[in-house]
Amino acid sequence: MTDTATAEVPGQARDAGAPVIEASHLDLTFQTADGPVHALRDVSLGIPKGAFVSFIGPSGCGKTTFLRCIAALEHPTGGSLTVNGMTPDEARKARAYGYVFQAAGLYPWRTIGRNVALPLEIMGYGKAEQKERIARVLELVELSGFENKYPWQLSGGMQQRASIARALAFDADILLMDEPFGALDEIVRDRLNEELMRLWARTEKTIAFVTHSIPEAVYLSTHIVVMSPRPGRITDVIESPLPKERPLDIRDTPEFIEIAHRVREGLRAGYQE
Amino acid sequence: MSAERPRRGAGAVLRRIPPVLAMVLGLIGLWYLAVIPMNVQEVLTRAERAGVEVSPPSAVERRDMGNWALVVRNPGTLGESWSLDRPRLPAPHQVLTELYESTVDEELNGRRGIVRSGSLSNRGLVYHAMVTLNATFVGFLIGTGLGILLAVGIVHSRVMDMSVMPWAIVSQTIPIVALAPMIIVVLYSIGIQGLLPKAVISAYLSFFPVVVGMVKGLRAPGPMQMDLMRTYSAPKGTVFWKLRLPSSVPYLFASLKIAIAASLVGAIVGELPVQQGGLGARMLAGSYYGQTAQIWAALLMAAALAAVLVWAIGRIEARTLRRMGMAQ
Amino acid sequence: MTHAAFALLLWIAGWALNVRLANGPASNTQAARLAVPLIFGATVLGMWELLVRGLGVPAVILPPPSQIAETFTANTALLWRDFVQTILKGALSGYLIGCGAAFLTALLVDRYDYLRRGLLPLGNFMAALPIVGTAPILVMWFGFGWQSKAAVVVLMVFFPMLVNTVAGLQDTSSMQRDLMRTYAASTGQTLMKLRLPSALPFVFNGLKISTTLALIGAIVAEFFGSPTLGLGFRISTSIGQLDLGMVWSAIVVAALAGTASYGLVALLEKRLTFWHASQRGGP
Repeated sequence: MTDTATAEVPGQARDAGAPVIEASHLDLTFQTADGPVHALRDVSLGIPKGAFVSFIGPSGCGKTTFLRCIAALEHPTGGSLTVNGMTPDEARKARAYGYVFQAAGLYPWRTIGRNVALPLEIMGYGKAEQKERIARVLELVELSGFENKYPWQLSGGMQQRASIARALAFDADILLMDEPFGALDEIVRDRLNEELMRLWARTEKTIAFVTHSIPEAVYLSTHIVVMSPRPGRITDVIESPLPKERPLDIRDTPEFIEIAHRVREGLRAGYQE
Repeated sequence: MSAERPRRGAGAVLRRIPPVLAMVLGLIGLWYLAVIPMNVQEVLTRAERAGVEVSPPSAVERRDMGNWALVVRNPGTLGESWSLDRPRLPAPHQVLTELYESTVDEELNGRRGIVRSGSLSNRGLVYHAMVTLNATFVGFLIGTGLGILLAVGIVHSRVMDMSVMPWAIVSQTIPIVALAPMIIVVLYSIGIQGLLPKAVISAYLSFFPVVVGMVKGLRAPGPMQMDLMRTYSAPKGTVFWKLRLPSSVPYLFASLKIAIAASLVGAIVGELPVQQGGLGARMLAGSYYGQTAQIWAALLMAAALAAVLVWAIGRIEARTLRRMGMAQ
Repeated sequence: MTHAAFALLLWIAGWALNVRLANGPASNTQAARLAVPLIFGATVLGMWELLVRGLGVPAVILPPPSQIAETFTANTALLWRDFVQTILKGALSGYLIGCGAAFLTALLVDRYDYLRRGLLPLGNFMAALPIVGTAPILVMWFGFGWQSKAAVVVLMVFFPMLVNTVAGLQDTSSMQRDLMRTYAASTGQTLMKLRLPSALPFVFNGLKISTTLALIGAIVAEFFGSPTLGLGFRISTSIGQLDLGMVWSAIVVAALAGTASYGLVALLEKRLTFWHASQRGGP
């Protein structure tokens, strides 16, 4: 498995129909002053509808780059990539995904409610509909009542929840999350992970999630994609046998520990090359 | 890594040159174009005097017409636009010629030039620039010195901070140059003249930016750095020399650049009321006698001085910061 | 000599009061922050009065504050006309035109990278030049009226405003721009919802720098020629008549105008950029 640079999310996923996101032999090379950098080399992956896929690997392994390719924020130099059967750029223009960045990136001059309204304003939703949606997604992330607060009046965890609400506000069925909880402390992170689980169960969105943390990846995902750097590539794809209902203490079960172990092995293999 | 930097820096500079050059050329082009309507009245009057038919023929009618309309109606008689003796707007080459004649030519070939008389010609621009520059420097040094001293006082004394700082900030919002003519005349009336009154204005103008910038700089060290000094139980003097002063250097240089430009403006404005040489006097004389090229040449000289002074401080800043390890 | 002694006493008293206030328990209150500089100012004024009277300084060199106040109140109508001429007609119209033009230019420059790379270094360069020097030329072109003063002001405020606005429009993080891209936002939407709001603190910085420059431009331009009114005219002619009370009165008007206009802009800034870190806390 580790020898081949390609991987495919296998099994029942394909039975569910065509993948929502499909990459085949994706290459991305940056030209820098110090020569070309292979951010992605020969990456093939299908993400089925409704899956929660985590990308894990050391810095420079291309996990964020891959996510940015899906979002059409980077443009691959080779291979093919489709999102909902469209090119990433078409999917972006069709507003097919919500993106959650490493930092909340809320606009300080807007209240939480108006921050959530930002994509709605841009996409031309009516005032009444905006109001209804803001209330709904703020409730979803448990921020009801904070609508008129400014971002800088909220804690980091609350800000990040608001940014998730912002990504959920419009009808994108894909959620792309780039280390959204990386800057938060462990306790807040645990709670947000739990909430994210519930949110995913309720909304049935397809989520692609980049992380540094092995427990986080194992706890959240239906599929864990292990990547390694220089060149950035997929070394392993692990399908999680854990049930869909996951209380936090599932992390102490032998199954959990076994998957975590396998992820760690995969990461270590990537380092040794 | 560090060996590569100069090469990259040079590359960045080279990439920046074409657009800037394009803009400068574009502006010079616009200037040449603007010369036509600006001087059209004078050109047509001269053409008429020389017997060429001009439309409309009456000077009064012409005065009431738009300049562009005149240009359109007399396309054939505009050849003199760029070579008038006393144009409203001299062409760039006329200004450069004036600049050359009043500097290089005057000093090398003029009767009072440095070659024949051994001293700078008082009719040349170099002499006047030196007069202005002297006042600028003296004023800048006085203003900066006093500014730094006051800033040190403000940082160390709460009374001074609360009493003086608000006034220093307010004084930045008022047009202090308005004081210039009075300072000159009053000092003149008590027998002080020449360089000093101008230097006083320059000092005054450069004083406040330095106070405000330096106070900011001396307060720049964060609570953690101050706490570290406290754990060493360092005396105030040590904190000042080892922490506050080094941290203030970037702020100091930022305000020095503002201060030197302000000093130059102060010296120039200070030369207006009393006609005793300097670029300001030169500009005023030019405006009295309609010698536009002379004003423009003095203006270019002042611009060049400002550019060189700010650039020089920038260089010293870069070197100092690099030696202090605050910049690459 | 008694006057001078009183001056010294006043100084000691004022300073001692400030020392008590500044180091006392109430030193952090709003009242103390206001009182201490005011006491200091009053002390200086009082000393000025006493010293000028005590040492017999002639009024043609330095008039006492009481005489300046007298001249001021006796000539309010005249000074008001000067104010209208210089501040409202010359400085304000030039300020509005110059800042407006610079703002629009900045929007244009921001759209085209080539323009930005070409104009920004030039703008930075121009912002450091003694542009007041163009006053004699502009007075020659536009006459002695307020129009020439407005023209000088336009030139003076244009470049600082341009440089600041362009810098502000550039001041978005790549993450904020990426966010707008993920929404497939149009250029106009990105400008209205992201770049302009985040540029506001810079725009206000430019506007604040420009208020002082506008007054300087308008007043200095009057030294090169003006109709028989205006603050610059008042200053230069009153000096000729050795009427220093009047000179100081005109300077007081200029100072008040400067502080008030700066204060207005700062107030507007506080209202519009309350969200910015610089407005939220700390000195």
